[in-house]
Amino acid sequence: MNQLGFPIISTLLAIPLIGALMLAAIPASEKRAIRVGALFITLIAFFASLPLYVSFTAGYGGFQFEESYPWIAQLNIMYHVGIDGISLFLVLLCTFLAVISVLCSWSAIQERTKEFMILILLMETAMLGVFVSLDLFLFYVFWEASLVPMALLIGQWGSQDRVYAAVKFFLYTFIASTLMLIGVVYVYIRTGHSDLGILLAGDWHFTNGEQWWLFLAFGLAFAVKVPLFPFHTWLPAAHVQAPTAGSVILAGVLLKMGVYGYLRITNVLFPAGFEAWAPFLSMLAVIGIIYGALVALAQEDVKSLVAYSSVAHMGFIVLGIFSGGFQGTSGAVMQMVNHGLSTGALFMMIGFLYERRHTRMMHDYGGIFAKVPIFGAYFLIAVFSSVGLPGLNGFVGEFVILVGTFKHNTFLAVIATFGIVLAAWYLLTAVREVMFGPLNPDNDGLTDLNFREISAATALTILFFVLGFFPNLIFDKVNPSVEQLPQIAQQQNVTIVMDR
Amino acid sequence: MVEYVWLTIAFPLIGVLINLFFGRLLEDAFSKWFKRSEVTGFIGSVTVVLSFLVSFAIFLQALGIEHFSHQVKLWDWITIGDFHVAISFLVDPLSIIMLLVVTGVGSLIHIYAVGYMDHDEGSARFFTYLNLFVASMLVLVLSDNYAGLYVGWELVGVCSYLLIGFWFFKPSAADAGKKAFIVNRIGDFGFALGIFLIWSTFGTLDYMEVFHEVGASHGEFASVINWVTILLFVGAIGKSAQIPLYVWLPDAMEGPTPVSALIHAATMVTAGVYMIARNNVLFAMAPNVSLVIAFVGAITAFFAATMALVAFDLKRVLAYSTISQLGYMILAVGVGAYAAGIFHLFTHAFFKALLFMAAGSVMHAMKGVIDMRRLGGLKDKMPETYWTFLIGAAALSGFPLITAGFWSKDNILVKAFELQQPNQAFGIILYTIGIITALLTAFYTFRAVFMTFHGEPRDKNLYDHAHENRRVMTLPLWILAIFSIGAGFLGLPSKLGLPNWIEDGWLYSVMAESHEILEHAHHFAHIGFGLEIALLSISAVVALVGIFGAWHVYIRYPQIAVDTARYAGRFYQLVLDKYRVDELYDTWIIEPGKGLADILAKIVDMNFIDKTLVDGSANSVRGLGHIMAILQTGYIRNYVMVIFVGIVVMGVYFFLL
Repeated sequence: MNQLGFPIISTLLAIPLIGALMLAAIPASEKRAIRVGALFITLIAFFASLPLYVSFTAGYGGFQFEESYPWIAQLNIMYHVGIDGISLFLVLLCTFLAVISVLCSWSAIQERTKEFMILILLMETAMLGVFVSLDLFLFYVFWEASLVPMALLIGQWGSQDRVYAAVKFFLYTFIASTLMLIGVVYVYIRTGHSDLGILLAGDWHFTNGEQWWLFLAFGLAFAVKVPLFPFHTWLPAAHVQAPTAGSVILAGVLLKMGVYGYLRITNVLFPAGFEAWAPFLSMLAVIGIIYGALVALAQEDVKSLVAYSSVAHMGFIVLGIFSGGFQGTSGAVMQMVNHGLSTGALFMMIGFLYERRHTRMMHDYGGIFAKVPIFGAYFLIAVFSSVGLPGLNGFVGEFVILVGTFKHNTFLAVIATFGIVLAAWYLLTAVREVMFGPLNPDNDGLTDLNFREISAATALTILFFVLGFFPNLIFDKVNPSVEQLPQIAQQQNVTIVMDR
Repeated sequence: MVEYVWLTIAFPLIGVLINLFFGRLLEDAFSKWFKRSEVTGFIGSVTVVLSFLVSFAIFLQALGIEHFSHQVKLWDWITIGDFHVAISFLVDPLSIIMLLVVTGVGSLIHIYAVGYMDHDEGSARFFTYLNLFVASMLVLVLSDNYAGLYVGWELVGVCSYLLIGFWFFKPSAADAGKKAFIVNRIGDFGFALGIFLIWSTFGTLDYMEVFHEVGASHGEFASVINWVTILLFVGAIGKSAQIPLYVWLPDAMEGPTPVSALIHAATMVTAGVYMIARNNVLFAMAPNVSLVIAFVGAITAFFAATMALVAFDLKRVLAYSTISQLGYMILAVGVGAYAAGIFHLFTHAFFKALLFMAAGSVMHAMKGVIDMRRLGGLKDKMPETYWTFLIGAAALSGFPLITAGFWSKDNILVKAFELQQPNQAFGIILYTIGIITALLTAFYTFRAVFMTFHGEPRDKNLYDHAHENRRVMTLPLWILAIFSIGAGFLGLPSKLGLPNWIEDGWLYSVMAESHEILEHAHHFAHIGFGLEIALLSISAVVALVGIFGAWHVYIRYPQIAVDTARYAGRFYQLVLDKYRVDELYDTWIIEPGKGLADILAKIVDMNFIDKTLVDGSANSVRGLGHIMAILQTGYIRNYVMVIFVGIVVMGVYFFLL
């Protein structure tokens, strides 16, 4: 079955789900037990995901830890899961950030704690499902399933305009996803299969026209999820309104589903569609980099600033995939992890402040570094990670994406590189406004981070450094899978593993 | 020893970790016996001194070995297909000289800072940053590849940001730090593109491999090399504060004075000069770009000197002077005198660090006042500070024969004078700008000496409060003073039959290839003994005239300065306002940038894309479709749950079938 002789992926999918059922059995008033339980479950899931990394066969680009059972046998639809180097790190990111999101909801969520934690766990299963699915229908089911808990998290536990934001988030991404469903059905009817392994191994002679349309159908759903300019406006609304954990998961994992979709489905199944659409998508990505940065610069709400910075950062990732060649694509996979960690950390840190002061406006802060030095140190490091400071994780991904893009499309690379100047501008402006300057007396009572908050921040910070110093921990495993993408295989002259 | 070169970086990093995590605790634990800065400063200083000792041992090992060059690889950093970068160091005469400067001057400044920061609560944070800076700077100078260079380049930028804004509660300091970082990033934008271009052309980022490819080529890379050198130079413009990106450096004086001495005088700002010297092969093959570089350097040197003439803030005088001296260095590497550029970098590190620290000593004694209009007559109150400042000032002015600044600056001017390509006239012009700037330099330097230490005290209260500082602060001054004199003898003019150890001995192997290229192109004329003597004499006279002029104006007839300022009127005001370049950038770049951001955010994003396109299409669907209206209960959980349940039911149903 796989190198562990154990259905580890199904187990991993089941842990949060079973955990959610267990939490459901705890009385809603036992908030502490619920929190501890949720933490415990996410930790189990996290540790259960580590063997994937440890036992991962390096140098092999195909799928590993595969499990395949007939699901809707008469229709040839499979429950087929497995991971390769690309999804491996997204799975790990997901299980890791689930722990973080429980930790940062500990005291922030006082109402309906039980429902909240259950939704977080359901969310985890759904997201994991997206990253491990190797059947188009299965992928679609998990994709849509992840929508629901998040919409509820925003709509129920968000700020003032939460309902508007939740509806917007839901409808926007849902409508776009229905296009994907059409694509899935079309592929299925056309080939008789929805299993990615079979679809990849065979040659189905999709015409260029078909590929163009199919790429569009899937690609639009993914573009909204990323989100790519100009489909991004649901994101700031959702982020600003979402509770901290919602923002962490949203920015950290959910957005990656869009990019992952390109890598897993469109770019491999429809290479001619890739050729046709790559220039356009690259252009949107670069516009997003500059546009997102400039709009971020104009924000007064720090959460909204980080939300727009995500638009810019996701632009780098999409650019790497569509114009960066081998280096750009591997870099993009790493940058997905980096963005998840650093933006997750930023949202978490802002959440810590919000919990204390109940405002997200930068002008309500000022000079707090003197008051909360521990918070300040972690916040600075998270900002530096996001700005792409060498030594931390963000630099490696960004640098490699730009190196690759420069080689294949110098013009776009030049514009994108200018994005790093703007990134410094808006993020250091945020630091200046929030942390530096004279202490705003309203913040005099601000307390520094407690043990739980420090633990969460430390975990993230350690990863910033580890990945910054040893990015090959990721690249060693990502590269062989990236080389299997048809666009890259062509350039690199590698043979594709048929069993992908 | 050379394989342990990584220790030079590891020691300061250990200092970072200790001071970051345990600095405050240790300070509290030893508070009975020691001041705060003495505890964390001790840790900070010891680690840098250890780093210096390792550097010195490597230097001794390399001494006398021809073509000393070792690559020390630690680990593979990034590997993606044919893109490969290792954490790896290049130890050769050029990096060793930088090692010695950074750790040597760095040690002295750390020790000095123990005394300087003794009133500050944040000393643990200060020494954490300062040690981090030393480690970062060593990454910059030691890396054997462009990616590592860029890593160090960015890291020193961040340390500079943190240290300029060390007193973050002061809005001016916080703004200055941010400005420094962003302006530097503009330079880094070009720098990064240069590195990308190197990789996409040569398929490697390793210096040696790139130089080898270039050396073996026959002109096929000419246009690429032009672009690479231009782009790398854009990085140097930012880091080494040249026109038009110099604006961050004067503001950087908001940081504590040891920071100004270490980062904004001796080490970080010279990174651009180091980078060009390191890439001497590439720059020698791009003569037109080099000529532009030389002019940027010369014009910056002159322009900054004029601002130093009128500034009243002692530290700012030194800051403009630093920009100006960096201009000389850039001029040197622009005309192809790479060793001369490094030699001036070397001597300047001593005398400018000395001047900053002596100025800091004044500031420390004067309750933080640094405006020369409130100083005066301090020479008897602070004799050690006075004498060391005087030695530094003499070196900066190029006081003939006995100061390091005289020899290193003259070396540059002679090389500029010798420039033949593409036209002798350029050499003469560059020389002329250089020598006029030398006159201004001597004048403004001694203006500062006289205004600060001579004449009558202008602020009696402050004067009475003044006192000489502790040994921990004055001892480093004396050591630097010795080097401000002695270092010059390492690079005497060889045309006079004197030994130029640094150019013809130590750095020869690093510059050999570019030397050959330039010789082949008849880049320099070789002037004889007589002309060399004449040029030296001109330099000597210019320095003495400048010093005399300052004495004449500020001591003998102080009225002259006041009158001149009045006559010059608006022009004087313009120079005093730093030519209003900051305002120019504000009006034409910053404000339009913010305006564009506002328009994009409020009009394009919120109104057009979101309200009109997205919500508009959603609303029109709602208006048309009754089904939507029925579903729109206002409670999202209602219909969201319906869909969710639907999906689950479908999934389970099929699964069971």
